Amino acid sequence: MATKTDAPSGRAPARPGRRGWTHRRREYLAGYLFVAPQLAGTALFVIVPLALVFWYSFHEWNVLTGSFQFTGAENYERLADDPALPGVLAATAAFSIGLVVLNLSLALALAVLLNQKLRGTVLFRTLFFSPVAVTLVAWTIVWRFLLQDDGGVNGLLSAIGVDGPNWLRGETTAMIAVIVVQVLKNVGLNMVLFLAALQGVPKELYEASTIDGAGSWTRFRRITVPMISPTILLTSIITVVGSLQVFAQIDVLTSGGPGTSTTVLVYYLYQNAFQFHDFGYGATLSVLLFAIVLVLTVVQWQMRRKWVVHEN
Amino acid sequence: MRNARTLLAAAAAAPLILAACGGEDDDGPVTLRMTIWSAAEEHLALFDAIAEDYLADHPEVEAIEFDPLPFDGYTSTLTTQIAGDNAPDMAWILENAAPDFVSTGALVPIGDTLEDTEGYEYDDLVPAATELWRHEDRLYAYPFSTSPFAVFANTDLLAEAGQPTPAELIADGQWTWDRVVEAGAAVRAATGSHGMVIRDFDYTGWDNLSTLWTGWGAEAWTDGGAGCGFDDPAMVEAMTFMHDAVFDAEAMPGPGTSADFFSGEAAMTVTQISRAGLLADAGFAWDLVPLPDGPDGQYSVIGQAGLGVLTVAPHPEEAADFLAFMTNPENSAKLAQYFPPPRASQLTAEDLAAANPLLTPEQLQATVIDRIDQGVTKPSHIGQAQIDQTVRAALDPLWTENADVAGALADVCAAVDPLLSE
Repeated sequence: MATKTDAPSGRAPARPGRRGWTHRRREYLAGYLFVAPQLAGTALFVIVPLALVFWYSFHEWNVLTGSFQFTGAENYERLADDPALPGVLAATAAFSIGLVVLNLSLALALAVLLNQKLRGTVLFRTLFFSPVAVTLVAWTIVWRFLLQDDGGVNGLLSAIGVDGPNWLRGETTAMIAVIVVQVLKNVGLNMVLFLAALQGVPKELYEASTIDGAGSWTRFRRITVPMISPTILLTSIITVVGSLQVFAQIDVLTSGGPGTSTTVLVYYLYQNAFQFHDFGYGATLSVLLFAIVLVLTVVQWQMRRKWVVHEN
Repeated sequence: MRNARTLLAAAAAAPLILAACGGEDDDGPVTLRMTIWSAAEEHLALFDAIAEDYLADHPEVEAIEFDPLPFDGYTSTLTTQIAGDNAPDMAWILENAAPDFVSTGALVPIGDTLEDTEGYEYDDLVPAATELWRHEDRLYAYPFSTSPFAVFANTDLLAEAGQPTPAELIADGQWTWDRVVEAGAAVRAATGSHGMVIRDFDYTGWDNLSTLWTGWGAEAWTDGGAGCGFDDPAMVEAMTFMHDAVFDAEAMPGPGTSADFFSGEAAMTVTQISRAGLLADAGFAWDLVPLPDGPDGQYSVIGQAGLGVLTVAPHPEEAADFLAFMTNPENSAKLAQYFPPPRASQLTAEDLAAANPLLTPEQLQATVIDRIDQGVTKPSHIGQAQIDQTVRAALDPLWTENADVAGALADVCAAVDPLLSE
């Protein structure tokens, strides 16, 4: 995560002599000292590893054989020819699109519903937010049991006369299951962000539009959505980035299967680096992931001028 | 530009600096570390006791640490430690990772150290047990746990379904896979519990199916690992049998269904005798018998774990010396209560029964001693992790009700062939 820090305002009226210069130096020093811990942390844990990943991606590094050899662009050529990669990218896209669409629409719908002054809204807000506080792996393991062929989900379905599928063993149902489990886990966070944004929309706007004869759908489309658009931008960026980093859910629920239908990019990267002992190619896949996340984030950031209020 | 260059140089130098920081002063007494996948208190207590005996006579070693890692992802964790320049001195090695560790130079050859250790009785080691851990006639790891696969049976559940016990079937010469499936289907139909569970398979750990297909004379790899055996007629026949047992007879739980024998959810399970401890508080009557016969007759499959010294270990010489101590005849007898030893002299029913109070000498004679030197190990290959994933993914289409078994197995070979020839 990048941190934006304003440069210290060293633009004080220039005073002649040594005193002014010292004052300015002091301000600079104070500024640097304030950002130093963050900068050191970022450098050590973000920039250095990032640079190392790039460096490793030009090497063949097999831990078992102890080989670490510079191979130039060989890993990138392999990436271009990797027969498994199109399937992996397709699974990643299916997961990300499914997750982002379902997560954001559900979070917004819940936020709008729970923003009403009705009895029990606090209870429901707590209910939908509580999975966010649950450990990810524990949450996923419980769902693995629920999604078994003879598990809780199919038990409920059979109670209403529906013969449920073997969720985690069908290619499509496994992908749906992984997406839904992840959405239920994290939808509460986006919901809370949307709720905060909704409560910041001035009431006068709604009152004025009601007087003008606008219906509730028009008010939602013309007032609510534009007014909370900065939050929509924020949630969509963090959800897209988060969706591309999904790992534990895949590992616990499907291990990338059935077949390779839920082998998303991060899981494929993990397999190559940590299971197949091929850290060089794993690093190359990391660079690809980094590039995808970067491009998507930049595109979303650029698009904000088009649709985010206050940005044009 | 200059700054950028400095940054790059710093980044490139970082591993070297980290490596330098990780170094240890070699002059003083050393601390040895062994990674293991058991966190059982009684195992650790036994290891610590052996380590203490060793430390008493070896001032050059200060301490010996046993570092339990989770069984799931054990090999990944170990290789990550190696990559992070934090390699242990010694490590348990899973049998499916054996070829990767043995043939790549990741382990130090220990045969000479063991042979030269006084009182070690090197020739007592059973050749069938050490085979997996040899490469070009050198021994790279000690097979500290060599345990044939066997069948545990819940005789209460079988009786409830009106089925004879395995012991009765053995006496009648009818202990075959056909009869097992018949009994399993009867249990499923009569009680709702599951029939036969091949433990740890769960439709992902396919190498555990070798406990079945070996009975058909099938094998995963042919020509010493160069060829794929999945499309051989014997394999097709064995897997068709398995598919029918799951989807037609319902004698085995289907994909996405878990059934634990040890909690009483299934009538029979194929696993190793080391699991007998789980039956200490079993609320049902049980028996332990050898694997049933396949169309190819009697057979045996053994599971193993190796103990080796890593080439990148901080103290390989001291580690090899301790390994020789830990596995000498005296300590091997102590370890036998949890890990069947690879020593011929200690493979007697009485010795094993003394160490395994839950099992009778007769059970141990039939399942372990009679089968240990004729056993084949589970399939393993260089590049096992990638092969494992590839086969797992390619086998998935087989585990559907109307699967084309022969077609799916041909696809397995098509997927895995390029990896076998690498």
